[in-house]
Amino acid sequence: MSFVEQYFFLYLLSEKKVTLPETKEAYMSFDVNEYYSKLNGDDVLIAYKGDVSSELISNVLEVVEARMDDYSENSKIRKKVYNVLVESLQNLYHHIDILPLELQKDFDEKFGILVVSRVNTQYKISTGNFISTEKVPQLKGKIEKINSMSAEELKDMYKFILNHQRVSEKGGGGLGLVDIARKTGNKLDYSFHEYNSDYSFFNLDVYIDIQE
Amino acid sequence: MEPLLIEGTAKTPTIRFDAKEGVIEVKGRSIPENSIEFYKPLVEWLEEYSNAPQELTQVNVQLEYFNTSSSKCILDVFKKLEAIHKGKNEVIINWHYEEDDEDMLEAGEDYESIIRVPFKMIEIVE
Repeated sequence: MSFVEQYFFLYLLSEKKVTLPETKEAYMSFDVNEYYSKLNGDDVLIAYKGDVSSELISNVLEVVEARMDDYSENSKIRKKVYNVLVESLQNLYHHIDILPLELQKDFDEKFGILVVSRVNTQYKISTGNFISTEKVPQLKGKIEKINSMSAEELKDMYKFILNHQRVSEKGGGGLGLVDIARKTGNKLDYSFHEYNSDYSFFNLDVYIDIQE
Repeated sequence: MEPLLIEGTAKTPTIRFDAKEGVIEVKGRSIPENSIEFYKPLVEWLEEYSNAPQELTQVNVQLEYFNTSSSKCILDVFKKLEAIHKGKNEVIINWHYEEDDEDMLEAGEDYESIIRVPFKMIEIVE
């Protein structure tokens, strides 16, 4: 899949970026080139879609670290981006549902999407994965709760979960999103897209401000 | 008691636990997907050490990055140290953070507020 196609694919999954055309004609008239040139304004550090494995995470981290060196990003921003990227990737790793066979025809078993870009004054980390639709309300509720909290409340919530929840094999036991919100100081931008009767696609955009 | 020495990797820290010297060191990056697996031997080592600890145990934590999965395991390590401190042996946790790394300083302060062991925040100036 080419670079353009990857973005086209992302576009298809994210109605927030561009309104989804309703008819087939409108769909056909979608201007890939125009859309691509728009995206070209963003400096993309890495774009990936496919199986999310431990090795993949190591490789992505290595690439992004090297790319941030290219920007001579200051160490404070570099660390924040790295930290948030680790949590985002490991959230995918730990929480991706193994897809049912009917979806495995088109996608890897542990399919996820990642795009890291540097847009003007922010780094943007976008992740996407399939989620069983029955789990949507719970995840949505959790994100909304996190988004409604102040910095102080997030700190308290983080410490509470840290101290009261047992370590699970699934990673941080729910600390990941709280940590991301706390470290970025920004709201979690998300959307769910119905894929079929049982599965939805979850898209999460995390922004890290480049201060100075 | 044998020291516990583990070489660091891209995702796991360098470990030096030395019972004779009473020195516990964790340095580098701690971002493994499965933290429990990595930290289990550390907690077990401390369990044994707590039977006959030194009068003073110096703990040096110097992490560049750690993930949320490690954060709980690090708390487990600190809880073992808290037990040693409770048993009337001195324990000091030296929490190192790089200049300007407010997130790492704050992480140290989070632990300090949960664990009843004296913390010393040490800024590394380059």
